[in-house]
Amino acid sequence: MLAIKNLHVKLEEEDKVILKGVDLTVEAGKVHAIMGPNGSGKSTLSYVLSGRDGYEVTEGEASLDGEDLLDMDPEDRAAAGLFLAFQYPVEIPGVGNMTFLRTALNAQRKARGEAEMSAAEFLKFVREKAADLEISPEMLKRSVNVGFSGGEKKRNEILQMAVLAPKMCILDETDSGLDVDAMKLVADGVNALRDAGRGFLVITHYQRLLDHIKPDVVHIMADGRIIKTGGPELALEVEKNGYADLLKEAV
Amino acid sequence: MAVPARKIDMAEALLAAHPAPGGEAGWAASARAAAASRLRASGAPVRRDEYWRWTDPASLTAPAPTPAPLPEATAPVFAGVDALEVVIEDGRIVSAPEGMEGVEIATLADAMSRDIHWAKDLFGVLEANGQVPVTRPLAALNTAVATEGLAIRVTGKAPRPILLRGRRKSDSADAVLHHVIRLEPGAELTVLEDGGPGARVNALIEADVADDAALHLIRASGPEAERRGVWQLFARLGRESALKAFAIAAGGRLTRTEQVVELTGDDAAVHLAGACLGDGDDFTHDDTVFVIHDAERCESRQVFKKVLRGTAKGVFQGKILVKEGAQKTDGYQISQGLLLDERAEFLAKPELEIYADDVICSHGSTCGAADENALYYLRARGIPKREAESLLVLSFLGEAIEEIEDEDLAEILREQTAAWVKAGA
Ligand SMILES: Nc1ncnc2c1ncn2[C@@H]1O[C@H](COP(=O)(O)OP(=O)(O)OP(=O)(O)O)[C@@H](O)[C@H]1O
Ligand SMILES: [Mg+2]
Repeated sequence: MLAIKNLHVKLEEEDKVILKGVDLTVEAGKVHAIMGPNGSGKSTLSYVLSGRDGYEVTEGEASLDGEDLLDMDPEDRAAAGLFLAFQYPVEIPGVGNMTFLRTALNAQRKARGEAEMSAAEFLKFVREKAADLEISPEMLKRSVNVGFSGGEKKRNEILQMAVLAPKMCILDETDSGLDVDAMKLVADGVNALRDAGRGFLVITHYQRLLDHIKPDVVHIMADGRIIKTGGPELALEVEKNGYADLLKEAV
Repeated sequence: MAVPARKIDMAEALLAAHPAPGGEAGWAASARAAAASRLRASGAPVRRDEYWRWTDPASLTAPAPTPAPLPEATAPVFAGVDALEVVIEDGRIVSAPEGMEGVEIATLADAMSRDIHWAKDLFGVLEANGQVPVTRPLAALNTAVATEGLAIRVTGKAPRPILLRGRRKSDSADAVLHHVIRLEPGAELTVLEDGGPGARVNALIEADVADDAALHLIRASGPEAERRGVWQLFARLGRESALKAFAIAAGGRLTRTEQVVELTGDDAAVHLAGACLGDGDDFTHDDTVFVIHDAERCESRQVFKKVLRGTAKGVFQGKILVKEGAQKTDGYQISQGLLLDERAEFLAKPELEIYADDVICSHGSTCGAADENALYYLRARGIPKREAESLLVLSFLGEAIEEIEDEDLAEILREQTAAWVKAGA
């Protein structure tokens, strides 16, 4: 589903290389996890995949179901089914959460040639999804992420994912800042979406999240590369011993 | 410093271009003459004047207006509002106004030919007060020559708003309008304005808001006309009274809104808000505001938001003057420009002058492009760039529209603004 080959990325403004040849394939129906030290390039990878400005791909490719992602505008990647749950969700004062969700869903439907959802239909649909994540109707009325606590912002990301039902979901540290109960809500939200047609790439520092969202494959990223790939046991090893041994091994 | 001869010649030319109204009462004729002398003394405005540096007044001071193509017919902004409608076509009031409960309305011509004491005490008086310390020559011109306008006296709570609907049939009509509005103690009135009353507009309102009275002014000009104009407000506020004025302009060539508000009674409040959607190579939107605190515990609030595309120019010159003894003044001012193109510009001159020691005054001015992070976030959710930008534009302007107290009217403007933004996108 998601295929990344030999991806090299530098910052547009300076000569700083961040990704130094990332190879990664996520198959439909699978959950892949990425772990790795701070600053190793995990968020950069997710930004580059979703189309954020400021990066330059110097080599390599990335595609979703065979479609070249790197040539597309961010909105077209979203319409093609790519979703990124942000490590730092953005506050947008003055744009209502509900308006935002409806505009996003209808824009994606329109781009795919599907009919738009009526206001009434949409309201019912969102209310249900929000209730699952314990997001109150009051929070739906507020401006996007404005005044939300750290955990509320993360739950709001998962609400967007539930509403948009993308086929490839990238979660960047969605677990950080969540209390134990919220973590469970989020994991339930993710697990509810797991199916044969959908892929997940879960970026995390902690085994905790992977207890709830069981990964099929675990990758370790360091200094802009995937240095090791394994099964769920790899995450347990990191939890126990940290990255030192893995980093030595990779050199 | 002597006024340059050129400015005086221009003033004479302006007075010559507008025939002096005849057959008026003695008091009216003297008010006209005094205004003409004010204009002769100050001369016509030119770019070198301090408050015209950023907005070129040439098209407003030319003896005749630059022709402005006629607008395509569109539904007026306040079409759905139940209001007492007054149609102003090419600068002439064409529908005879009638009063309503608690509201007396006369045409300016009628008021100027009679001895109505309240109109006599108001006409040209607030405008003359507002000429110090900064001269406002176009306002003096207006007082000297305007024959069209309304004299409105409100004694109670007006049951409906008065709607001034501008309409154009000529591409070169010069509309010079002067309204005097007197709100007696405890009275309330809303005045709405939509459409465009001329190719070139010099409009002026003198509003005397007595104790406990409240006046709301809301003006909305759509993108359909290439009008140029200056809209002036001179207001005086009594004890515990309120004035809330809002204006939005989408398009047009030149819109200068000049407001001078004097808080003379304790505990009065004035809120001035404005917004524009500007585009193109020949667009200037200017708000020039002077708020004078001359009483205790008064509140003033200014919120101005300008969306500028192409080489559009936004100007804000806002001054808060707190006089000696105006203790516990609460003054606030914010002006912001949202630049959607690198060539657009927003020029702001916020000024505070404070002679009392126990006051809170804050002001801020910002200017910048749309928030890149917000744009990316919206696009990453599948919202196309132009649409994402529109959402941000609407949220930016929303903070000015929020200043409108009446929720229904605010909603009309919110929807109208969304439609304007969509049509422009
Ligand atoms: N715009 C930028 N300007 C300068 N440096 C940048 C920029 N973006 C990323 N970097 C640098 O690139 C490296 C990778 O950053 P990235 O955010 O991708 O790391 P990460 O693996 O997500 O880290 P964390 O686990 O702390 O979230 C870091 O050293 C970071 O400082
Ligand atoms: Mg990160």
